[in-house]
Amino acid sequence: MSESLLINLSIIILFLPLAGFIKVVLFGKKFPKLYLLEVAIISIAFALSVFVMYSKLAYYNTKDIIGAFTWISTGNAPFSDVLNIELGIKIDNVTVIMLFVVNLISMLVHIYSIEYMRGDKRYTRYFSYLGIFTFSMLGIVLTHNLLMMYIFWELVGLSSYLLIGFWFEKKSAADAAKKAFIVNRIGDIGMFIGILILFTSYKTFTFDTIFAQIAAGNLPFGSSAWLTAAGILVFMGAVGKSAQFPLHVWLPDAMEGPTPVSALIHAATMVAAGVYLVTRIFVMLTADAMLVIAVVGAFTSLIAATIALTQNDIKKVLAYSTVSQLGYMIMSLGVGAYVFAFFHLVTHAFFKACLFLGSGSVIHSMHHEQDIRNMGGLKKKMPVTYWTFLISTIAISGVPLTSGFLSKDGILAGTLAFGKLTGHWLIPIIGFTVAALTAFYMFRLVILTFHGEPRDHHKFDHAHESPLVMIAPLAVLATLSIFIFYTPNPLSPDAGWFMSSWVKTPEQVTPVDTRFDFLKPSAENIHGGHHGEIVHSVLYTETMHWAHYPAMILSLVVAGLGILTAFMFYQWKKINVDKLIENKFTNALYRGSLNKWKIDEAYDATAINGTLQTGSGLSWFDQKIVDGAVNGSARLTRIVSKISGWFDTYAVDGFVNFTAFFSGFIGLSFRKLQTGKVQTYIVLVVFSVIILLLFFKPF
Amino acid sequence: MPSTINEYFQLMPFLIIGIGIILSVVIEISSKSSKEILPWFSIILFFATALYSITNISEHAVLFGGMVEVGGKPAIFNFIFNLGAMLVVMSSIGYLKKYGTYFGEYYILIQSSVLGMMVMAGSKDILMIFLGLELMSICFYVLAGINRNKLGANEAAMKYFLLGSFTTGFIVYGIALIYGTTGTTSIQNLIDNFGEYSSNIIFVTGLILFLIGFSFKIAAVPFHMWVPDVYQGSATTVTGLMSTTGKTAAFSVLIIMLTSIFTLNSANIFKPYFSAIAVLSMFFGSIVAISQNNLKRMLAYSSISHAGYMAVGLAAANSYSISGIIFYLAAYAFMNIGAFSVISIIEGENDSRTDINVYAGLNSKNPVLAAFMALFMFALAGIPPMAGFFGKYYVFVGAIESNLTWLAILGVISSMISVYFYLRVIVFMYFKDAEENFEIEVAPYSLSSVVISGVLVLMFGLFPDMLLRLITAVVSL
Repeated sequence: MSESLLINLSIIILFLPLAGFIKVVLFGKKFPKLYLLEVAIISIAFALSVFVMYSKLAYYNTKDIIGAFTWISTGNAPFSDVLNIELGIKIDNVTVIMLFVVNLISMLVHIYSIEYMRGDKRYTRYFSYLGIFTFSMLGIVLTHNLLMMYIFWELVGLSSYLLIGFWFEKKSAADAAKKAFIVNRIGDIGMFIGILILFTSYKTFTFDTIFAQIAAGNLPFGSSAWLTAAGILVFMGAVGKSAQFPLHVWLPDAMEGPTPVSALIHAATMVAAGVYLVTRIFVMLTADAMLVIAVVGAFTSLIAATIALTQNDIKKVLAYSTVSQLGYMIMSLGVGAYVFAFFHLVTHAFFKACLFLGSGSVIHSMHHEQDIRNMGGLKKKMPVTYWTFLISTIAISGVPLTSGFLSKDGILAGTLAFGKLTGHWLIPIIGFTVAALTAFYMFRLVILTFHGEPRDHHKFDHAHESPLVMIAPLAVLATLSIFIFYTPNPLSPDAGWFMSSWVKTPEQVTPVDTRFDFLKPSAENIHGGHHGEIVHSVLYTETMHWAHYPAMILSLVVAGLGILTAFMFYQWKKINVDKLIENKFTNALYRGSLNKWKIDEAYDATAINGTLQTGSGLSWFDQKIVDGAVNGSARLTRIVSKISGWFDTYAVDGFVNFTAFFSGFIGLSFRKLQTGKVQTYIVLVVFSVIILLLFFKPF
Repeated sequence: MPSTINEYFQLMPFLIIGIGIILSVVIEISSKSSKEILPWFSIILFFATALYSITNISEHAVLFGGMVEVGGKPAIFNFIFNLGAMLVVMSSIGYLKKYGTYFGEYYILIQSSVLGMMVMAGSKDILMIFLGLELMSICFYVLAGINRNKLGANEAAMKYFLLGSFTTGFIVYGIALIYGTTGTTSIQNLIDNFGEYSSNIIFVTGLILFLIGFSFKIAAVPFHMWVPDVYQGSATTVTGLMSTTGKTAAFSVLIIMLTSIFTLNSANIFKPYFSAIAVLSMFFGSIVAISQNNLKRMLAYSSISHAGYMAVGLAAANSYSISGIIFYLAAYAFMNIGAFSVISIIEGENDSRTDINVYAGLNSKNPVLAAFMALFMFALAGIPPMAGFFGKYYVFVGAIESNLTWLAILGVISSMISVYFYLRVIVFMYFKDAEENFEIEVAPYSLSSVVISGVLVLMFGLFPDMLLRLITAVVSL
């Protein structure tokens, strides 16, 4: 087991899906069975990634393996700056876990899609798109530098665009694809500027080199404000891709794509790339940048959770839930709970993919019905889908014995500790509120979809359990939502392998005076700390411990409250929801939530309308002011023109006519020169030589 | 300085090809199956020379009393010549069969022309340059008319011959003036005493006539008139050879002649000359190519504009831009040979099927060929990560370094114009439906030539450092 073997295997894992994509693109039309090859390829990639993860965690647990080569070098040339651009991959524990997650979910989605997409007229193309997506996503995971990160970042954007608009005959799908693409560009521009700030300062894109330079006290343009700016700008990429407020508007619309795609791209992997990006640059974030990130994440999670309360489209609820959970992870990074953010990324990937695939199973059997008001009672018809959906719902609600409980509890403890240490109490308050809301709307979804009496009997009668290739992935993902895979103690993740040995909070490299007080290395920590690599001050660690039990109890209480309310509202009908809506105050809130707080309309009114208005304003300016000035001057001109009239007729016209005649003559003779006669060529050469000798005579 | 046996050993690349030519003649005369043997013999010959050259770059030496240079820059040029010729021979096997012009001398002529190029690139004496140039040109005149039953090929060959000899006149006259004023033909001598000579009008006139002659060979405006007619009329594979290795050979002479002079004179007296032909060639080539419907003619104009981009590097004349040109030449050679190989596969009898509308819907007929053609078009347009991008990039960066930013900007504008006609081919292949039905017979050797070129183009684009490192190490020798 050598390091180079791991590097080579990772490269193979990266390029396998691309090879599948190329094969399908080239020969897909001739051999329609090629999709099976695609599924086989992704399964091989998955098997390899299991092997790589095992070897890395077992043999190189504390070592980062880097394989890089110089792509462009101006080392030997007499060039003002020596420039070396390296490309390469970095394998640390986070990478291999992500490799496993991405490949596993991608493989399950491939298998699931075999049945779900059957009969589609662009069946093989669908699989080729999944292939290019998986390739791009693995690129993001493996890269050791910002340049490749950006390239693959755009590539996942492209594949997301292609898959959202997969059924482009539908106008809504085509529009959603465009929206996703454009909104993401806004975030990406920020990311690009951020990357360029770092590149201009350090002449490299490589993470480790940049961080080493910052740690050595080299700040971009010599000021920590620029470092903060770079951090926030790169984070903007994550705002776009991870659908954070105010760029979250594309993700709910992206549900126009096929449901397995929503599970793979818009729930489990691509949208988590933003979180992954922030974990990668975590060490260079200053306190200011982290606070911005925490606030953006908290606000996003709150706003999305409130919208999810009232949506009636099964996929829309899950989409807003995804936005909300992504906000959670971002918030967690902002408050310094790095490990729990990544932990939640992993657990969320599994249970949210399960929820989406489950919703796909429901939609599939209900003949493309997505409105939960027309469902109900499906528990009897689709037991496997129901139970897996329920397990995932329990997990996302944060009930003990599930993975979601572990990661969410950690995040909440982190926010609580953050509140105590910095006085920003609003963030933990939002965190607990969102936990309650999540439990409520997820159980609302389960109850309305699976419990009670069927509301659309016609569709209900035709409903059936999905075939094995669709429910097997559900079962796998639901199983992975159980605590035992992460820790032996269902109440504390700290005892688990994930926390204790795999993922550790890396050391901040930012100048000490720009860090949060609690992230500064204290004297005791350096000498008597737990391990060399844990640099969170003892203060933070202790506060986290302090926060652990209160956070656990509180989160249990709020989750229980949320679930209870959901049952009161929808299962036992103790409270009449319709009556509640008629109340003036709650009605306003209800409509606000139902209409997604009119954020889309706000964009229509400002950004989109603004652009249109600017356009028409400019055209008005053209027509009224410019033309008016033109008309005003016309009168003046008329007088002048009379005078110059006779001059024109006799002098200028003569000249113009001559010019026209002359250029026509030139053109004609030029064409004559092109007729292919060698004599004319030679004459032309002679003339050229004479002219050149006359013009450039160096005498 | 007496020549030693050792010096002959250092001439290995010349010896391989030279002895190869003699053996080829013997094979052609004596063997009945020479048609089967010669192509493979040539491929092995070229491959061996290319391999020898690229592995012996560091063995730099000037031999035979300052007549011939081996290793260093010549080695890199030899690598381009031989690998290019190898690919051309591979695609010729199927092409000549299709045309029924399966002559053994075809391969011998290619070998001789490559020997001529190698002599040009390795010269340290103006007379050697002339020797190599004539060896190459005469072979090309004959190769251009190898389809001797075709009127167009005969016309192309005749035109090429007449204009070529006319230009040779300039070169010889220039050499005569140079020799007349200095009494020497040694390039080293010219460089050493350049300051003294350059005050002499007749010497400078001679040098300019020499440059004009080579401007003709690199197909720069205003000496480009022969290019479209000859490229279109000649056999497609021969066009591939002329437009790439022939151009590289002419550039190698300009680089040998000028780099040393440039480094002597910071005020480069040829800067206005090269700037002028660069601007003219870039824009003339790009603009006229837009309206071409014949793919061979379009690539001829594209070749003119590429000569312009490379001339930007000559105007900039720092070692950065010179290494840029050499990189560019390598990249250009393989993407152009690849494109002409695809054309030679698609082409039917009697010069048919070279128009762009034949390429409509190629993707559905033969996706592999279409994909490679798209790759070559992207590369020619200079879109990363294909090799063409880095060629232009290095040349333009060199221009900016020499305070010729305006030239670099014009170059970028011209490349933007040129994107139109390269992408037009791709649009035809992928987004239009086929107009006529015809069978494409893909000979395996031709396809492997296409694939090798494609791999090289991608490789130089993805890992430009691999080649550039070799070039920058030798560029100042």
